[in-house]
Amino acid sequence: MMTATVEPEVGKSRRRKEDERLVTGRTRWTDNLALPGMLHLAVLRSPLAHAKIVSIDTAEAKSAPGVIAVYTAKDLDPDGSIGMPCAWPITPDMAAPRRPVLADGQVNFAGEGVAVVVARSAAEARDALDKIDVDYDELPVVLDMEAALAEGAPLVHEELGSNRNAVWAFDSAEAGTGGEVDAALSTSDVVVKRRFRQQRLVPAFMEPRACVVDPTGPHLTMWSATQIPHILKTMAALTLGLPEHRLRVIAPDVGGGFGGKIGVLPEEMMSLLVANKLGKPVKWNETRSETMLAAHHGRDQIQDITIGANADGTVTALKVELLAGLGAYNGLVGPGVPILGAFMFNAIYKIPAYHFACTNVYTNTTLTDAYRGAGRPEATFAIERMMDELAAELHVDPLRIRERNWIAHEEFPYTTVAGLTYDSGNYEAATEKAKELFDYDGLRAEQEKRRAAGETVQLGIGISTFTEMCGLAPSRVLGSLSYGAGGWEHAGIRMLPTGKVEVITGASAHGQGHETAWSQIVADQLGVAFEDVEVLHGDTQSSHKGLDTYGSRSLVVGGIAIVKAAEKVIAKARPIAAHLLECAEDDLEFAAGKFTVKGTGTATTIQDVALAVFAAHNLPDGVEPSLDADATFDPENFSFPHGTHLCAAEVDTETGRIRLRTYVCVDDVGVAVNPLIVEGQVHGGLAQGIAQALFEEAVHDEGGTLTTGTFADYLLPSAADLPSFTTARTETPSTTNPLGAKGVGEAGTIASTPAVVNAVVDALRHLGVRDVEMPMSPMRVWRAIQGGAR
Amino acid sequence: MIPAPFDYVAPSTVDEAISALSEAGEDAKVLAGGQSLLPVLRMRLAAPSTVVDLGKIAELRGVREDGDTLVVGAMTTHYDVQRDPLIAEHAALVRAATDTVADPQIRHRGTFGGAIAHADPAGDLLAPVLALDCELVLAGPGGRRTVPAGEFFQDLFTTALAPDELLVEVRVPKHTGWHAHYEKFNRVAQAWSMVAVAVTVRTDGGGIAEARVALTNMGATPVRATAVEAALVGAPASADTVRAAAEHAAEGTNPAVDGNADAEFRKHLARVLTGRALTAAIG
Repeated sequence: MMTATVEPEVGKSRRRKEDERLVTGRTRWTDNLALPGMLHLAVLRSPLAHAKIVSIDTAEAKSAPGVIAVYTAKDLDPDGSIGMPCAWPITPDMAAPRRPVLADGQVNFAGEGVAVVVARSAAEARDALDKIDVDYDELPVVLDMEAALAEGAPLVHEELGSNRNAVWAFDSAEAGTGGEVDAALSTSDVVVKRRFRQQRLVPAFMEPRACVVDPTGPHLTMWSATQIPHILKTMAALTLGLPEHRLRVIAPDVGGGFGGKIGVLPEEMMSLLVANKLGKPVKWNETRSETMLAAHHGRDQIQDITIGANADGTVTALKVELLAGLGAYNGLVGPGVPILGAFMFNAIYKIPAYHFACTNVYTNTTLTDAYRGAGRPEATFAIERMMDELAAELHVDPLRIRERNWIAHEEFPYTTVAGLTYDSGNYEAATEKAKELFDYDGLRAEQEKRRAAGETVQLGIGISTFTEMCGLAPSRVLGSLSYGAGGWEHAGIRMLPTGKVEVITGASAHGQGHETAWSQIVADQLGVAFEDVEVLHGDTQSSHKGLDTYGSRSLVVGGIAIVKAAEKVIAKARPIAAHLLECAEDDLEFAAGKFTVKGTGTATTIQDVALAVFAAHNLPDGVEPSLDADATFDPENFSFPHGTHLCAAEVDTETGRIRLRTYVCVDDVGVAVNPLIVEGQVHGGLAQGIAQALFEEAVHDEGGTLTTGTFADYLLPSAADLPSFTTARTETPSTTNPLGAKGVGEAGTIASTPAVVNAVVDALRHLGVRDVEMPMSPMRVWRAIQGGAR
Repeated sequence: MIPAPFDYVAPSTVDEAISALSEAGEDAKVLAGGQSLLPVLRMRLAAPSTVVDLGKIAELRGVREDGDTLVVGAMTTHYDVQRDPLIAEHAALVRAATDTVADPQIRHRGTFGGAIAHADPAGDLLAPVLALDCELVLAGPGGRRTVPAGEFFQDLFTTALAPDELLVEVRVPKHTGWHAHYEKFNRVAQAWSMVAVAVTVRTDGGGIAEARVALTNMGATPVRATAVEAALVGAPASADTVRAAAEHAAEGTNPAVDGNADAEFRKHLARVLTGRALTAAIG
């Protein structure tokens, strides 16, 4: 037997094994599926934001070429009993309207489904939409959150008696985690108040949503471009009263999600209903404009923030009052998204007193729900902007004020004023490295020079020293927040007779690279070749248990489940190896895939053991002929990645144009399983976070019509609009999981938005500018300068 | 994104194309590079009965010289315009503006004539065509006619083209040795112009002998900045001249209001960008 030193897989920047098929598109995207006799759905959507439906005339559409059926709410749900699920009722008294599969007598946002055409081809289904005649009786529209809460405002849902969904509050004095905020503010040397607006964003995943339902055979099978096949299966069973054990949900390769595919969609439910009704396979897919109109949006908050500090810059208190826009209905986890932020406003700082209150509001707009970061980017934005404002108020360097308030690395583990215990972190190290890479002092000097010379193009430096809670999450914590499910994850490992390994994961990837990263973990754990590992995911029949992929949870929950399953495989193999090698179990050591009799060269590989188990000719008495193992892991804590992001922005004071000159980020995601994947996640996250600062906004006009319904109006940056990023890492392992990993999916998005806005405000502060509303369009920047000069 | 049904014809000569247009009547649409038409069809903002595809008409492609004029075939792609030596030598402004059109993929499909006939006021080729006093050659059932650029652009997406006419050639007067610059301002690299300024000047000694300035997206049609031109001609090629001339840039403009900018900001941008374009052109 050969002896070779094995280089660990974890830590290798492997190229992703899934990329060839994903990048070429030669794979099973949902819309690539074609089943015999498959029919096509097209959804007629309301052009109005709020209206009674007087009548729907489908006669002409029904007789159009190729049309099999046209259904309205009355046809699909005659009792009006089906409501789309919300899994996060944040308070016991949360006001929740029924969201029907198709609008039932009333439309509440522009884009809501009103009827569905079923036809032999997608083109015929689309053509027939134009032949449906809907008579609407318009209702007054309410779009602005503050207006929606005012006395006498038009009600989105008359039956709720109010546009208020719920109020959720946290107070450190009540929780016993800190002092009383108003008292602390009243004795502070300086109090700074700001209002920030988190605009609406569209989670612009690359593959629009789609599903295929096949009722043929013993199971009802649904393929969906979803992030959550497991949750979807259970929710579909609950929502439609279908037998869960006869449902199979498959998320084949899915082209991105960013939280935008965490949903149980009316379109998925209507596809199930129509397929069952007609006994034929059906496909639904959407256009990009439908995605923008009807898929959930993200963010949408008005944030009133008050921060108090002593003259030396020590923060004394933080008060957060939020209005969070839900749109017309509750998304699957929509009401809880701002609550995730409640634990992050205090960020990396030691804040003695904290109060948080959020009012969720209904308006006649597209619903909002999770979008990359979900609650945490909003919180990080607010606190990081406030630290800059506080620094300006006290005339100190914004890095100084952060240093004065952050948790020193020797203070970990540290329980924050919001009640979370941060296990590890080293803000000093990340900041030091970032400053060096950025040439902080050099850029500050250049900024001074430009200011003094009154140059047209001014320079600003933006800082964001962020953290986030990742790895959703300890089930008990989720339970205490009224979340409808737990936060565990499942994994399985099957040792095949030829020594190859199948890994089953409940964390269904939609672009993150799980197949590669999971293979690296298993290769190290079992000592098999990276190429010998295949990762199976996204099919509830092969991967029967899981809570899916969101909230940077896959590695720090799902990845750990794999480690646990591997440990079980090794434990099962050990007595068999001892039997085969004719030694005692205690005499065996396992390393690099081999059981070796201590002090000898006698050994067998785990792959050889797998073959012996398959044959089962010579196993110890009472040992089952299987090495396969399952594990379900429930984390004991969140993980807390952090980092320091520094952005240098040039602002043309004549045109308002912003150019990002330098962007340096030093992220600490703990141990990186695959540094290349980490870097990719950071790059993409930065692009999305920067886009919130500079470009993206979903805008409704005064009638509630979405005016940014295409990429001509909803601006996504390309590489040409972004600087070349300088990325680096520090590595402070998480102490709460065996890999030491922390998660990286959302870091870039969370950190970058405030870094960019801080940079722009910093460039213009001497001109009297204290804030620029996002997205910071040239016109807004120019007007801010005009306003500041006045 | 499925268009409404339509008939499709792909003639191989201009005459066949005109016959096809005449037969189809007012509901026909002409397909050049498709960069504007296809999204419009797919979003069902238009539902023509017939689409006449010019892609197979070889005679509409290419750039040639005709005395003091360059003749650009309507179906010449932006990519070919960018690489044409005659354009580079005699119509630097066309080259400068074409360089800013969208991205390489679009420049390989999109055509010079298609962009002009589409007459999107945010399109980048309209202002250069106006600034250079180009002539548009239109072919119809009754033969060919020539329309000056100033009369061709009539309103938003509206030109002098009759439903049965085709834009076949653009006649670009040679501006050999003129300095040119196209100053484009947009939100993201691939977006249309919020405002842009097309400038070409002929200097003589230290002075400005001739100047042509036109604005993109400052009205329903491209706008010739005549007051700016007047302030330049005969003046020394100096920073002071540029500053004074640029102040006139927004005169007579009536820009649209959209999510990116209101009229006041567009007018402000027109002045700033005109100054920058002139500075860049004069060097």
